[in-house]
Amino acid sequence: MALTVDIEYPLPQGRLAAAFSLPIDRPGVAVLFGPSGSGKSTLLHALAGLIRPETGSIRFGETVWFDGAQGRFVPPQKRPVGLLFQESPLFPHLTVSENIAYGLRRWSAPDREDAVRRWIDRFRLTGKEDRPPASLSGGERQRVALAQVLAPRPPLLLLDEPFSALDPPTRALVRGEVRRWIEEEGASALVVTHDVVDALTFGETLMILSAGKLLQRGAPLEVFSRPASSEVAQIVGVENLLPAQVVASSEERVILEVGKGRLIAVGEAPHEGRCFVSIRAEEVILERGHPAQSSARNRLLGFVQKLIPVGVQVRVVIDCGFPLTALVTRQAVEELSIQPGAEITAVIKASSVHLIPTE
Amino acid sequence: MNWDALWLSIRLASLTAVLLLLIGMPLAHWINASRWRWKFLAEAVIALPIVLPPTVLGFYLLIAFAPNRPLGAFYARIVGSPLPFTFGGLLVASILYSLPFAVQPLAAAFAGVDPRLIENSWMLRESRWRTFVRVILPLSRRGMMTAFVLSFAHTLGEFGVVLMIGGNIPGVTRTLSIDLYDQVQALNNRAAAETALVLLILSFFFLSIVAYINRSKGERLRGADR
Repeated sequence: MALTVDIEYPLPQGRLAAAFSLPIDRPGVAVLFGPSGSGKSTLLHALAGLIRPETGSIRFGETVWFDGAQGRFVPPQKRPVGLLFQESPLFPHLTVSENIAYGLRRWSAPDREDAVRRWIDRFRLTGKEDRPPASLSGGERQRVALAQVLAPRPPLLLLDEPFSALDPPTRALVRGEVRRWIEEEGASALVVTHDVVDALTFGETLMILSAGKLLQRGAPLEVFSRPASSEVAQIVGVENLLPAQVVASSEERVILEVGKGRLIAVGEAPHEGRCFVSIRAEEVILERGHPAQSSARNRLLGFVQKLIPVGVQVRVVIDCGFPLTALVTRQAVEELSIQPGAEITAVIKASSVHLIPTE
Repeated sequence: MNWDALWLSIRLASLTAVLLLLIGMPLAHWINASRWRWKFLAEAVIALPIVLPPTVLGFYLLIAFAPNRPLGAFYARIVGSPLPFTFGGLLVASILYSLPFAVQPLAAAFAGVDPRLIENSWMLRESRWRTFVRVILPLSRRGMMTAFVLSFAHTLGEFGVVLMIGGNIPGVTRTLSIDLYDQVQALNNRAAAETALVLLILSFFFLSIVAYINRSKGERLRGADR
């Protein structure tokens, strides 16, 4: 049983042409990640039936929701889907409770009241039951909207930026509650996000969408650490993405020339001599003093160029024959007395140097 | 003061306003939802009574509903009497004459409902009809009140159509505005002044209601933004 999608639809810039399949017989979350305008919301709306794709087909298990060739189109009301719109508007003439109960009209009154009470409780909305949406904060509104979508227990969830309006502690709570609900219900979800943490932790599958095309799909960590193309690397925000030239390669080691420096990578050499290397900033370790030789590790001597504070961490830009960014704690900055102009050694495991073929 | 005429006018205006709400809602909804390429022509037809001399509308209605014409014969067979010079005739004429005053505020109100709310209702598995009842109607209350009051007030003030299609039968088709005309013709200036004042006050009162409804709209919306 799977949701099978193969559709095309024009976008303001470019064209959505997405083909993929997601299992729906076990609980699971697939995260759609990509720059704005890449067609993520359009894809959700097409699955929901709010827009009709130009061509292709959408199948949900045995049911055909859309088939361009046969002219078949199931309207949104007939699809067992819960859609959370981006900045979902609540019904302004209804209270919080009435909003949550909106999709439960066919339920018995006790069931409905019970469900509303549980969602109020789950999303910490106690005391707001009879308030109009206009009197709520942005985060409260988003939680009510989520409860409204989840309350009718749809087997397929389509969530567009579900946690964007929430402050960090509430975000963790709501993320956990939604994840638990999905497990309990055995539901499947397709979640659009701009948030790296959501992309890395909320789903089992990460799909990278750009300009209407699915560029890569895989386990989130896999996609983040091994982007399939420089475009994906840019989208997932790999700090170090550098053009490189293969100098030599053995069975499992590749020696690359990057700028004026050299790097050792593990893996197969790309066929052409040119490629990109991607290195996540977290995987660059900084040491004081001169580099000692080691075969499994890259040890590069360089000079600190600048420090960019990022929350509790600091991004250190080093010139070691090529620009290299490391992400270290504030404590490490103090202990190693890292400051602009200081001499420093960057240590990178060969397995952390990821090769991306040039297109 | 001709109380018969006042009572007749109020009965006619109320019935017209109620029926116009019922006719106007689906019509306004259709105007917003339809993608028919000739829709603009239908909109122009609906708006015609705003600019058309009422006597023109009355003339065509008289002709169309004459007992020897198909439409008139059909009406006479169903209702039992021909349409001209009856209260039913006045009602049909009033509905047509005030149609734009009901349809236009309703269409504006329906169009003002956030389309995402409508789609959200669909996604919560409510049909188009249930969505209309649960979302569009409650969010269009101001538009409905405006439509009701405007068509009521406009019907109260009609003269030419009533004269053409209704004639001037006391208690049946002699409305307040016709009565005023009669009194002036009879040089009964005191009664005419009374009737004129009543019509002026009523019209002012109803237009004040419309203005009030639409004045408070902006403030309510600003309140909702906070």
